[in-house]
Amino acid sequence: MRYLDEYRSPALLRGQLRAIKELSANAVLMEVCGTHTMAISRSGLRPLLAPEVDLVSGPGCPVCVTSERDMGRAVALASLEGVTLATFGDMVRVPGPQGTLLEASSRGATVRVVYSPLDALALARENPDRRVVFLGVGFETTAPTVAAAVLRAREEGLKNFFLLSLHKLIPPALRALVDMEDFSIDGFLLPGHVSVVLGTEAYGFLPREHGIPCVISGFEPADILRAVYLLLRMKVEGSPEVVNEYSRAVRSQGNRKARETMYRVFREADAEWRGLGVIPGSGLELREEFRDLDAGTWDLEVPEVGERSGCRCGDVLCGRIRPPECPLFARACTPDSPFGPCMVSSEGTCASYYLYEGGERERPI
Amino acid sequence: MCLAIPAEVVELREDETALVEIGGVRKVVSLMLLDGVEAGDYVLVHAGFAIERVDREEAQRTLAVLEEAAEYGPLYE
Repeated sequence: MRYLDEYRSPALLRGQLRAIKELSANAVLMEVCGTHTMAISRSGLRPLLAPEVDLVSGPGCPVCVTSERDMGRAVALASLEGVTLATFGDMVRVPGPQGTLLEASSRGATVRVVYSPLDALALARENPDRRVVFLGVGFETTAPTVAAAVLRAREEGLKNFFLLSLHKLIPPALRALVDMEDFSIDGFLLPGHVSVVLGTEAYGFLPREHGIPCVISGFEPADILRAVYLLLRMKVEGSPEVVNEYSRAVRSQGNRKARETMYRVFREADAEWRGLGVIPGSGLELREEFRDLDAGTWDLEVPEVGERSGCRCGDVLCGRIRPPECPLFARACTPDSPFGPCMVSSEGTCASYYLYEGGERERPI
Repeated sequence: MCLAIPAEVVELREDETALVEIGGVRKVVSLMLLDGVEAGDYVLVHAGFAIERVDREEAQRTLAVLEEAAEYGPLYE
């Protein structure tokens, strides 16, 4: 396909790899975005870059960072009489305190997987006698699409469409990460499609206040290697800044219309992240004028919860450990029977290590 | 989840939508988040919405940079 295949040519990859090795620089780099994690695992880049470059995964998988408490709220909502809960595919398999949404559905809850928030609007139109709640997860890439659906529902005067917003913002999470005591990352590979919406300046504080080089990267293997090269070069030269490798998609000012749509509907609020805890201003809640659509204000019975016992997803999400260091990895936790969300999501770090980086071989027979 | 795929705009439709083609598959996407889209443009599609245009010149420029490094040859023969 155009704009994809040309960035996968082996000749380009060999050239980039050579450029990286010639710098002979050691660095620990974090790929923030789950889509990057999956691309890196699938294309086998991690072992090619070792031992000089250590690529660790970050908190950029929206399904994975959804807290135990919020999964509990989702299942409680889905279990209400007359409610249809619609959400993106991976969310239905994340275990919460009362099990997964899929399990709730086998107990009689109505759960629908949709590709677009607009599909949830269609569900509301087709089922006027039911309350359709969209469980909104995702970062700056996705939140504007959900905001657009909310505006459309308002325009149409739909009375049975509601939203539980679990949306989160990437820059506050990066700020929380670099402020951690044990933080030791030499550079960030920044998410390409979050940056399509945000632009480049949202990350300016990382090089300016923390001296950390950043590269916004595309998702094809050649993009990722180029980004690694640029990060290493900035580290070697001691000249950190935010570089945009993905210039075919990311404008320096971002997509203003998408941002305006997002902030017309949402405002920033505190949000709880798995692994990172509550981060001020890192979530999005519906503005006052959309409160009547807010399923987050409904009275729900949610069990009290802590982190799942034995699950190290929180440490994986902060780059503290790699999936094989978790005692449950490939044993009590596999893609077929996931214990933690990082093994559920199609872009979770544990799932990508299991599928593409030898995790399956570690499974006892 | 932040996957977005480049799709060619086949034609503009009513109600702020467009018909696009992705690897031989055609579907209708919303243009509510992107102004000024024209037939023949490549747009990034995420969750049923076009979220940005792919810039042809920048795509070419990035490829040229990558190809330049490739000309030096591989590390391992």
